[in-house]
Amino acid sequence: MTIPVLPNDYAAYPDASGRFGDYGGRYVPETLMPLVHELEAAYRAAKADPAFQAELSGFLKHYVGRPSPLYFAERLTDHFGGAKIYFKREELNHTGSHKINNCMGQILLARRMGKTRIIAETGAGQHGVASATVCARFGLPCIVYMGAVDVERQKPNVFRMNLLGAQVEAVTSGSATLKDAMNEALRDWVTNVHDTYYMIGTAAGMHPYPEMVRDFQSVIGQETRAQILEIEGRLPDAVVACVGGGSNAIGIFHPFLNDESVKLYGIEAAGEGMESGRHAAAINGGQPGVLHGNMTYLLQDSAGQITEAHSISAGLDYPGIGPEHSWLHDVGRAKYLTATDAESLDAFKLCAELEGILPAIETAHALARLSDVAKEVGKGGIVVVNMSGRGDKDVATVAAHLGRSI
Amino acid sequence: MTKARIEARFAALKAEDRAAFVTYVMAGDPDYATSLEIVKGLPGAGADVIEIGFPFSDPMAEGPPIQRAALRALDKGMTLARTLELVAEFRQGDQTTPIIMMGYANPLVRWGYDAFARDAAAAGVDGLIAVDIPPEEADPLADALDAADLSLIRLATPTSDDARLKIVVRRTSGFVYYVSVAGVTGVKEAEADVVAPHVLRVRAASGLPVSVGFGIKTPERAAAIAKVADGVVVGSALVDEVAAALAVNESVTARVLSKVESLAKAISTARAHPVSA
Repeated sequence: MTIPVLPNDYAAYPDASGRFGDYGGRYVPETLMPLVHELEAAYRAAKADPAFQAELSGFLKHYVGRPSPLYFAERLTDHFGGAKIYFKREELNHTGSHKINNCMGQILLARRMGKTRIIAETGAGQHGVASATVCARFGLPCIVYMGAVDVERQKPNVFRMNLLGAQVEAVTSGSATLKDAMNEALRDWVTNVHDTYYMIGTAAGMHPYPEMVRDFQSVIGQETRAQILEIEGRLPDAVVACVGGGSNAIGIFHPFLNDESVKLYGIEAAGEGMESGRHAAAINGGQPGVLHGNMTYLLQDSAGQITEAHSISAGLDYPGIGPEHSWLHDVGRAKYLTATDAESLDAFKLCAELEGILPAIETAHALARLSDVAKEVGKGGIVVVNMSGRGDKDVATVAAHLGRSI
Repeated sequence: MTKARIEARFAALKAEDRAAFVTYVMAGDPDYATSLEIVKGLPGAGADVIEIGFPFSDPMAEGPPIQRAALRALDKGMTLARTLELVAEFRQGDQTTPIIMMGYANPLVRWGYDAFARDAAAAGVDGLIAVDIPPEEADPLADALDAADLSLIRLATPTSDDARLKIVVRRTSGFVYYVSVAGVTGVKEAEADVVAPHVLRVRAASGLPVSVGFGIKTPERAAAIAKVADGVVVGSALVDEVAAALAVNESVTARVLSKVESLAKAISTARAHPVSA
């Protein structure tokens, strides 16, 4: 029997072993395995506990500012001349991105587990800021690992984390970027096994993180679904989101997985162009392998060494991708396209000028493919894009690329 | 040979009432030729079992010494394939010293478990430690190693309670590697009196010899562990000698082997003097 079996319930994954098809799993050193099992058990219990869900909903409403609006981007729609474009306004959340949805869920879980020390990794600093924020709110010490290269290019976010009381550890090992920050956070966790909670920022890493982070981010898609049904009386034709590790994308995709009329597009960072080899597109330019606890598409050489990602966006500058995306790609449920640095900068400017919204440079990658998707869907159709973060943090980067001094 | 070579070595040492000295070096550190020279010199300097690290770009359980060793090796183009060549060259002159390869999943996944097991056995490898492939993920690898008669050597840790230990020792052979501290390699130190009861526990659960590693740097510490364990693993302290020799432009091989000799002497004589009168 070699007929490929397509799932009849896309939302039923991962399986009991933490797998989305071939992807996912728990590839961690033995010292961490008991902790990973403990976390999974604690998460299962919390997920099923109405009191936990009610507490989370309360904080999402009153502290994060949910629900975020679904906004009709009229001028961008007119500009592209295709489908109607809606923005899911995650950039309006407290701390300026979708990252806080996950951090709020995980900090409540960490408290429930009796953990007294929080560690996190960050690339651009958005997850670091969100982690520092919830740690401040709940009075827990927070250590954020950040590649020394990223510390240098994201100084305002480092200062924000410090203001929030977090300790930022600049990581100089390896290539001194996000993947090395994650290595260092794992080294901290394996050393401080009794009191420490590792707050992973994306839907990747070892099971149960890809599932748990997806669940906490799925509030994006659940709201979007209800909002578009209320506004338009029907589901969208396409949903578009940028993908690094892929937490904002899986968050908006997941509640639509079983609506097969809704096309899903994840946009990877093509950096200086796919043909240049300097990109961060794990699915479009990588092969399956094992890193940071999961089997997934990775940028790597023929000997299995992880190669460096390149992107204008520090938040997408990661050689892997969450395992659920790898699976959605293989089974064909979602399509993964790419956008270059230059295309994303153009989209950043266009969005600012036409809609009065500065998107995060990560989000601008999704906007860069929006014209293609809107045209493909065509007039009369509906496209929702996840406006995953705001671009205030990127003003200096954009200025530098435009050759302007500020 | 393979599994049999590991079993024979531990049995012989048990008969002599001596702990095995298990030395870890990184293949290709600081370059292929020097690391081959070091590996060839290890048995003569007193190593009983050789662990050969194959480098990975993102070694999440390693402390700074082995991280740097991996980067030195990768900078010189070291790969899993070249590591097997190194083992094959060593085997031409030594048919009895067990060789255990140690590293991370991705180079193995890329190679393919079945092909790796076959090629490793042909090169003269006896066992494998895959740091980030726990029992939950190990069945395909264990199948491949079994087919090639190679040992899958498992790590037991301070976080392994009795229930976990039963899972850890399933499908393991040769010996069990007891990670004496929660942490990365080469940072925290292991206390012999803390380690001793765990060695008994792991030995009882597995029926296999137990080698203890992580945080053993000095002859004194090595001797103390040799009294309570079936094997003593030293890695970071040897890899540090590579870095130290490079820094002052000394012979790397001589410096590493001299460290091995001093540790070997401490381990081989540890049980000769009764602890209590």
